[in-house]
Amino acid sequence: MTIAWNAERAGAIIDEHRALRGALLPVLHALQEEFGYIDAAATPLLASALTLSQAEIHGVVTFYHEFRRSRPGRHVVKVCVAEACQARGSESLVEGLKARLGIDLGETAADGSFTLEAVYCLGNCALGPSVMVDDRLHGLFHASRLDGVLE
Amino acid sequence: MSRPITVYVPRDAAALSVGADAVARAILAEAEARHLPVRLIRNGSRGMLWLEPLVEVVTANSRMAYGPVTPDKVAELFDAGFLEGASHPLCHGPTEDILYLKHQNRLTFARCGVTDPLSVEDYRAHGGFAGLERALALSSDEIVAEVTQSGLRGRGGAGFPTGIKWKTVLDARADEKFICCNADEGDSGTFADRMIIEGDPFLLIEGMTIAALAVGARQGFVYLRSEYPHAAATLRDAIRIAYRQDWLGEDIHGSGRAFHLEVRLGAGSYVCGEETAMLESLEGKRGMVRAKPPLPAMEGLFGKPTAINNVLTLTSVPVVLARGAAFYRDFGAGRSHGTQPFQLAGNIRYGGLVELAFGVSLHDLIYRYGGGTASGRPVRAVQVGGPLGAYIPAGRLEVSADYESMAEAGAMLGHGGMVVFDDSVRMERMARFAMEFCAKESCGKCTPCRIGSIRGVEILDRLAGGGHSEADLALLEDLCAVMAEASLCAMGGLTPLPVRSALEHFPEDFVSGRTA
Repeated sequence: MTIAWNAERAGAIIDEHRALRGALLPVLHALQEEFGYIDAAATPLLASALTLSQAEIHGVVTFYHEFRRSRPGRHVVKVCVAEACQARGSESLVEGLKARLGIDLGETAADGSFTLEAVYCLGNCALGPSVMVDDRLHGLFHASRLDGVLE
Repeated sequence: MSRPITVYVPRDAAALSVGADAVARAILAEAEARHLPVRLIRNGSRGMLWLEPLVEVVTANSRMAYGPVTPDKVAELFDAGFLEGASHPLCHGPTEDILYLKHQNRLTFARCGVTDPLSVEDYRAHGGFAGLERALALSSDEIVAEVTQSGLRGRGGAGFPTGIKWKTVLDARADEKFICCNADEGDSGTFADRMIIEGDPFLLIEGMTIAALAVGARQGFVYLRSEYPHAAATLRDAIRIAYRQDWLGEDIHGSGRAFHLEVRLGAGSYVCGEETAMLESLEGKRGMVRAKPPLPAMEGLFGKPTAINNVLTLTSVPVVLARGAAFYRDFGAGRSHGTQPFQLAGNIRYGGLVELAFGVSLHDLIYRYGGGTASGRPVRAVQVGGPLGAYIPAGRLEVSADYESMAEAGAMLGHGGMVVFDDSVRMERMARFAMEFCAKESCGKCTPCRIGSIRGVEILDRLAGGGHSEADLALLEDLCAVMAEASLCAMGGLTPLPVRSALEHFPEDFVSGRTA
């Protein structure tokens, strides 16, 4: 479970990683793991700790699809939309998930329950269509199984 | 109480994705209820993915295979006597005798699915670290010579001779050098990197350590995609264990030689699989492609000479050292020496990993191993080598799977992934997807890729919308030529490959008015 944004905790996480060479990605991963996203308030903290400009930090955060800039839902559903899963029917899976969750790809439900994200390949290309629900991989997936895998 | 019976249930992510954990729990619960002693080992996957979760039981003579096992079948398997290797509708006989596996040339994947991935003892009992032990007794030049003579070429797609790359790094003069493993396996249809990291992680550690000894590096990084959390956890565990048992660190097994290894995660960017974008990402920057020269072998990570190799290249190195260059070189066809772990994916009946010497035909891979489509409909197209690879029509699959033959056929082997589509595929959509993917994943540094891909999507949308015109087809061809010739890297440079192959082999799909 992630916790609410907390500048003090963020500072501690940055301190843990700042000595690494090329520290920015590891520290962004650590921040996202703790808070579920990269809060805008982290930018000046990172810039000062890593001697980078705020523009550079912003550039990196926005370059990578994985980094979120707003708090995700309690569950994050990543659905593979790459070719191998397309060949196994991912298009109807995506439609099924959108209908079940009432949100589009890239959106978070208004009640904060779910975030639905498209990803390109989860490495399960012989057993697609595949989803990753909160870091757990599921193959041969159908939208009707979503509630079952959350238990 | 008799001796415990050893049962294997894979911990590979593909097996987990179809319920391997639940099966493992059910087996332990059932064994306890019946007071039967069972020793459960979580192995890697054998690569026969349609049989996952594939449970193996160790009997007097062999390992018996049962799959795909579901938790509700476990009690039935115990009733049938599967702990004694008894027959059952889910039983496939001894695992090693399953034809899919039996005729493979498992050099790189020799241990994958056989051993406990996190047991050094198991690894060594099956020949692990023999290559490194030999390398520790050789000079850097001798290691490089051995790898050069083996004919090993980069398995990431470009097929550059590994020994020559290493020689360049070895000869570069610098206070510091690096080994970087490109484990950003982003191509759809590929999962060999993930499987070997989860199933035999010490093999990658061994290969990287040999590479470090060869080029004179003390530090290595594995750049692993963040979409692989299971692989990341397994590799980090393996690295910790390797440090503890002196296979990594300041003094590798009493040799006085040092090598340190660290895992770094990507963050969902496909272009970071391009080697210079990967270096930028490792340095903590946006994954913007660098212009070459300078080559990374001269000025790579943090400006230092860096050997960058793919997971499958590095995991092929230990067997080259352990069994000698000649042994490895004897596998293969023409100038493609050794073996390639092919990955059968998409709409395929028997999907999985097939490691064979180069030279097998795509037809054999798709039909003899893969059994055709999962849907039972005819194969229409196979995309080989990831999202930047060509679509090959069903009638042209007799081509030999090696670097040169594929290039002659206007395709590329890439990372060895094959995505099969049946006759319901709409190729004009796949062509559009290729352009759309490039537009989303372009690093933005060069114009042909950044803008060209967006223009490509627009043209393909016009064609699909019924505005079919010779002018648009000519414009698309012109655009593809510019992207192929003028892009800075393979992202923009190869995106035309799937688009042009779709146009060439399936022109009927681009005629307006075609209905699904």
